[in-house]
Amino acid sequence: MTENKGKVVSINGNLVSVEFDGNVSMNEICYVFAGETALKSEVIRIKGNVAQVQVYEMTDGIQCGDTVEFTGDMLSAELGPGLLGQIYDGLQNPLPVLAEQAGWFLERGIYADGLDAEKKWAFTPTAKAGDVVRAGEYIGTVPEGPFTHKIFIPFDLLGNYTVKSIAEQGEYTVKEPIAVLTDERGREISVSMSFKWPVKRAVKCYSERLAPMETMETKVRLIDSFFPVAKGGTYCTPGPFGAGKTVLQHTTSKYADVDIVIIAACGERAGEVVETLTEFPELIDPKTGRSLMERTIIICNTSSMPVASREASVYTAVTLAEYYRQMGLHVLMLADSTSRWAQAMREMSGRLEEIPGEEAFPAYLESYIAAFYERAGYVRLPDGSTGSVTIGGTVSPAGGNFEEPVTQATLKVVGAFHGLSRERSDARKYPAIDPLISWSKYNSVIANEKLDFCKDILHHGDEIGSMMKVVGEEGTTLSDYITYLKAEMLDAVYLQQNSFDLVEANCGKARQQYVTDKLVYILGSNYALENKDDARGFFNRMRQRFIDWNYAEFESEAFKNAEEKIDQLYRKGDGKLSAPAEKLLKDGE
Amino acid sequence: MNVNKVYNRIESINGNVITVRANDVKYKELAQIQTRFGKSLAQVNKIDGDIVSLQVFAGGQGVSTGDEVRFLGREMRVSFSEDLLGRIFNGSGEPRDKGPALTENMKPIGGPSVNPTKRILANRMMRTNIPMIDMFNTLVVSQKLPIFSISGEPYNQLLARIAMQAEADVIVLGGMGLKYDDFLYFKEVLSKGGALSKTVMFVHTASDPTVECMMIPDMVLAVAEQFALQNKDVLVLLTDMTNFADAMKEIAITQEQVPSNRGYPGDLYSQLASRYEKAVDFADSGSVTVLAVTTMPGDDVTHPVPDNTGYITEGQYYLKGGRIEPFGSLSRLKQNVNGKTRADHRALMDAMIRLYSSYKETVEKKNMGFSMSRWDEKLLKYGHLFESKLMSLSVNLPLEDALDLGWEILAECFEKDETGIKSNLTDEFWPKG
Repeated sequence: MTENKGKVVSINGNLVSVEFDGNVSMNEICYVFAGETALKSEVIRIKGNVAQVQVYEMTDGIQCGDTVEFTGDMLSAELGPGLLGQIYDGLQNPLPVLAEQAGWFLERGIYADGLDAEKKWAFTPTAKAGDVVRAGEYIGTVPEGPFTHKIFIPFDLLGNYTVKSIAEQGEYTVKEPIAVLTDERGREISVSMSFKWPVKRAVKCYSERLAPMETMETKVRLIDSFFPVAKGGTYCTPGPFGAGKTVLQHTTSKYADVDIVIIAACGERAGEVVETLTEFPELIDPKTGRSLMERTIIICNTSSMPVASREASVYTAVTLAEYYRQMGLHVLMLADSTSRWAQAMREMSGRLEEIPGEEAFPAYLESYIAAFYERAGYVRLPDGSTGSVTIGGTVSPAGGNFEEPVTQATLKVVGAFHGLSRERSDARKYPAIDPLISWSKYNSVIANEKLDFCKDILHHGDEIGSMMKVVGEEGTTLSDYITYLKAEMLDAVYLQQNSFDLVEANCGKARQQYVTDKLVYILGSNYALENKDDARGFFNRMRQRFIDWNYAEFESEAFKNAEEKIDQLYRKGDGKLSAPAEKLLKDGE
Repeated sequence: MNVNKVYNRIESINGNVITVRANDVKYKELAQIQTRFGKSLAQVNKIDGDIVSLQVFAGGQGVSTGDEVRFLGREMRVSFSEDLLGRIFNGSGEPRDKGPALTENMKPIGGPSVNPTKRILANRMMRTNIPMIDMFNTLVVSQKLPIFSISGEPYNQLLARIAMQAEADVIVLGGMGLKYDDFLYFKEVLSKGGALSKTVMFVHTASDPTVECMMIPDMVLAVAEQFALQNKDVLVLLTDMTNFADAMKEIAITQEQVPSNRGYPGDLYSQLASRYEKAVDFADSGSVTVLAVTTMPGDDVTHPVPDNTGYITEGQYYLKGGRIEPFGSLSRLKQNVNGKTRADHRALMDAMIRLYSSYKETVEKKNMGFSMSRWDEKLLKYGHLFESKLMSLSVNLPLEDALDLGWEILAECFEKDETGIKSNLTDEFWPKG
């Protein structure tokens, strides 16, 4: 802590103005003393000798003349072993520790270390005295759950350093010195297993950034096949309330094919976090065979928690994601909801009396959103390995209307758009991602030609469907009607997916490819159908058999039996594969 | 300290907000202002150097620049004890009934939020004996649900019914912008029904000052929270949250805050959320469940108040045409409880709603002049029975009886296999004879 002090001169909501002597830097952390209680705050504007600070807590009881102490540090996350499995608030205070100290409520002014200072970790050095190292390179490892946690040279050390001494293999706490480095001028620096990093700055200790090419499987068919997300990519999920944004993210956080998942519950319901907290420790991660909680970090700044730390929470989350990425791991960061984060910015902007932009959001909204999503990426690390941060954010547009500033600013910068629609969720078609408006720039798990074939049927079916609303079933030709039924079936058996059934929810890449081939085969065939009733009956039966098939474990006996039933029905319907579909299936082999 | 310091010079009066020059004043501190119409509380809501802005609870009308302002050195608080039960207060915490003022055991209002790790998963049903709730969209202890409605719907009647019938230890009712008639109605119904003795009411009527309206939810929820910490299951009923939002809008605009959407302040979501999030099931203690009427201006669910509310709450009840509409209504937490009530609950619920939706289509067909098939006739009969026997708000039936009634209605209209219910359930529950 620096000796720099100031005093409060005005209070408006959580914005406090502070008169100071000496120097104060932008985004510096300071503490406002309301009586005995020190309230953490951040400098967000400086004018002359007055700094305006946003207080991360309720400001009741502050008065003019109260002391303010400046720390000289920016808002930082503490990085080191012991982050996994934690439940933090937006400022990286572990909530269980706060509960021990304060009981039921989140009393203000109570803060705790992000990492357990007592716990000992089994350190194995990988560097030796005399080695030359740089920021972001590692000098040792500790085991953390299923992962090998690398101990880095702190990211903020610029230039080359020589290892003067390093601790032997053994048990150390995160604060104990484990190495002494000398810089180019011969000054000695002692480092421990943990260090701090300012959350609003992106970690850039990598050799190069690569294009996100590898698909990140979410096991949701509609996403992986139709609107895929790449490791190191970004995507957004806007939707009106009740459309299933949170359930979709929840499913993704369980099944996504990544090493680590970081969930930022930003300004949403506490009940949903409680659900995750109750459920995750019980679930087993199929990749490691350990509890799902061991690969998860929850940053939880729910809607009734102070709004300024809500803004900080997404940055804290992405910083932790970048930290694990540096270890060559693939990290998925989910933010629910980025609209609440944007609203937190709007509240502060209003108090600062900035000239408002559209819907009173600040003019810098777009650049902040862009800068946030740009922290995702697939990178090559100094040791040659690769790691990634994938960012998925939900957006809660006012009135469910996507023509609003947060959705539009987000769409400009993300690589995939999963737009949820009220119509689909009202019709109980889950996930309610609207296939007609969503898009993705990443690689699908299935071949593009087959995908186009399926999308074609969907678009065609939709056109016929809207036409049928006008002219009725009678006015539609049989062949059009069959196309319509095919589109309906594709929707029902492939796009819709029950996220509460363990087998159905966990639909991997191999299965998706297998099922798509079958669908191309079935939907690309012509049948001997006399009339519309016939056609409806046939496709209803086919749909039912497909759904049964979906619920059978992949490649199990039940799976083969269910598939045989589909084939039987196909033969009964006298199916004949059309030439384009035949070519498609042949090309794919 | 400033405790008894009196200021005699009001610098400005703008709507309900006054400013005085004062030192050593704490943010959110209370003051008392003596006007020629009597005393009123006021609360500090902005401090700029020695200029202190206060919102006057009784409103700015008639306040003179020479009126006396005395700072009280404390924040807004509410008395908490068992004595509250059966009592009625206004937004300043003063009695509205003829009982004595309560000043013991004062608790702060608008306190900090509950640590999420101290919450438990909502998994207990709260029975209301209203079939459209218990059976179709079960209310769960610690849930927060709005009742979306347009003006003119009997939402206050519904709240009163719930207050009378719900399985809660304590009911805390908050009225915001309540019509005086409605206030009298609540008082009468609750005392006649014998529920008044477990009820605390905080009422702001439409003619009371706006600032008091803003205090109601915090007073109500602070009291509810205290009861919950004494291991009580508390049901909070609020009517009408749109008036609360409008009161915030009024104050924000008076203070020249930049409005965000249709004049509402940018922090509308946070403000509503910090109230609704008081709904909680404490690990090892009681709970707070919140039902809040939200009227939708122009029946528009995308209006900022219902829209923001929908993002905060765990579903909603739609009140339309005097009934809880089964399609728009949703209790997001119902699956946490309706699997363990009775084996037929979920299946019967799904089947009845599906058939009711077919009935609606048939009605449309009928209105367009299409001829009715035998199946259509069955659906029409079913729809009428469903609406009169189950949907009507006057029905007061425990869940089990409502389920039995559901089977009776089905049996009166359909054959077993027409209902689409699994046969092991129809075998067990289909009425005999």
